[in-house]
Amino acid sequence: MPETAALRVEGLQKSFDRLAVLRGIDLEVGEHEVVCLIGASGSGKSTFLRCINLLEPINAGRIFIEGEEITARGVDVNRIRQRVGIVFQAFNLFPHMSVMRNVTLAPIEALGFSRSEAEALASDLLGRFGLADKSREYPDRLSGGQQQRVAIVRALAMKPDVMLLDEVTSALDPELVAEVLNVIRELAAGGMTMVIATHEMGFARDIANRVCFLDEGVILEQGPPERIFSEPQEERTQRFLQSIIEAGRM
Amino acid sequence: MSFGTAGAPEKYQGLPGGPYTPPTGDRGSKILAPLRGEGARGVWIAVVSTVVFFTALGLAVVNSSGWPAIKEAFFDPQVFWDSLGKILEKFWRNIFIFVVAEVFVLMLALLLAVMRSLAGPVFTPLRILAAVYTDLFRALPTILVILLLGFGAPSLQIKGVPHSDIFWAIVALVLVYSAYVAEVYRAGIQSVHPSQVASARALGLSRRKTLRFVVIPQAVRRVLPPLLNDFIGLQKDSALVAVIGYTEALRQAQIVSAAEFDFTPYVALALVYIVITIPEARFVDWLVARDQRRRQAAGGV
Repeated sequence: MPETAALRVEGLQKSFDRLAVLRGIDLEVGEHEVVCLIGASGSGKSTFLRCINLLEPINAGRIFIEGEEITARGVDVNRIRQRVGIVFQAFNLFPHMSVMRNVTLAPIEALGFSRSEAEALASDLLGRFGLADKSREYPDRLSGGQQQRVAIVRALAMKPDVMLLDEVTSALDPELVAEVLNVIRELAAGGMTMVIATHEMGFARDIANRVCFLDEGVILEQGPPERIFSEPQEERTQRFLQSIIEAGRM
Repeated sequence: MSFGTAGAPEKYQGLPGGPYTPPTGDRGSKILAPLRGEGARGVWIAVVSTVVFFTALGLAVVNSSGWPAIKEAFFDPQVFWDSLGKILEKFWRNIFIFVVAEVFVLMLALLLAVMRSLAGPVFTPLRILAAVYTDLFRALPTILVILLLGFGAPSLQIKGVPHSDIFWAIVALVLVYSAYVAEVYRAGIQSVHPSQVASARALGLSRRKTLRFVVIPQAVRRVLPPLLNDFIGLQKDSALVAVIGYTEALRQAQIVSAAEFDFTPYVALALVYIVITIPEARFVDWLVARDQRRRQAAGGV
């Protein structure tokens, strides 16, 4: 492990009212590492990702990005969020803006890029992910796969240190999943540090350096994908993977 | 047609009733819609029955025993044309009143709506202020506020504040209508899904910029029709300024009516209001439809 991890989480706890969703999560993600979070619905994957981005206030614990504590008092939350990109299950593109405006809004308004700089950057990214001809379209006119790729490009335009992907293929029709997974593979190949919550076990096995199994708000088991998927140690992990296999998802 | 055509998107193939047509943005009148698909014969029946019906109705009214008296009191052509010019001359004052008031209403109301939707304990006083304001001014009759400020405020002789009664009448309209319009804006703001805010904040946009670029533009688009409703209300209520003795169009109509012993001037003013309101409604329909067209697929799904 390098001395400064891209992301370090210590003792993270989060509850909604009395419901404890995260009960003490420790995780360290190295530069260029891809970590996949697996686990049943309600195990806390999404909440965990939202906490890393401070979209949810946390109850206890500390979070560091590139060695800098972002949970410290008086930290500029907006500046932190610029360094951590997040992509949601439901895309959440801005429906009243063209694709180009969706992508350039934050670079212009949060990073202070000029319009021409931002548009050049956006055109470059859109081109790389096969969306060059869509820059003037509005989100409603795009397929789910295209919308999700735009959402990924929008996050990338902020040049984040870490990308968080929250079940980004779960809302897609099956035939559109591959185009989004390919984009993520390309990001991984380019060395992007990522934490990915996913139900696509084959994809996780394929892309992850490390797989973490979340269960009842803790990381119950983690390790390289070969080991987690072939010889899980914990009984709950075994049961979870068994149910996935029975559902024909692996 | 009972089955989808070859050109329809695959998932709608085979649905009874033909290919799926997405709802269009047309919010206009649907009165003529049942004629679609009726063919030439159906259209002819519609035309003939309409002409016969309204001709009969018109003849019945004109031939009724009271008609000559009604015609003289309400529809005297001579009085109509004489009064129309005078009324239009003063109607410019109404236009000035409601246009100036509307500009301030749109700004003050947005401020109130934003104040009321601020989250966080620090903003509690602002939220209370905005809530009390809307409750208060929605409760008061507009005419009461106009009388109160139009007569009351100038009498105070406060230094540095205009003493003109019309200034205060406009202030009264702005205060009252801002309360209504603030609620319209607030409904719009609340209708923007929280995930939109989350994704804007996640990109590092500040609260303020999220509101400005993501929430408010979407909110305003959604509430354009009710905003127009309140604008028309304001337009009509500009006539209330007559109660403080300011000679705008209604007061003018009243003066001519009294001089001529005839109600036709009121009818003339009524026509003026109708003529300016209808194009406004069509304009908003057009705006809404244009916005939807731009956002949605042109060729089906």
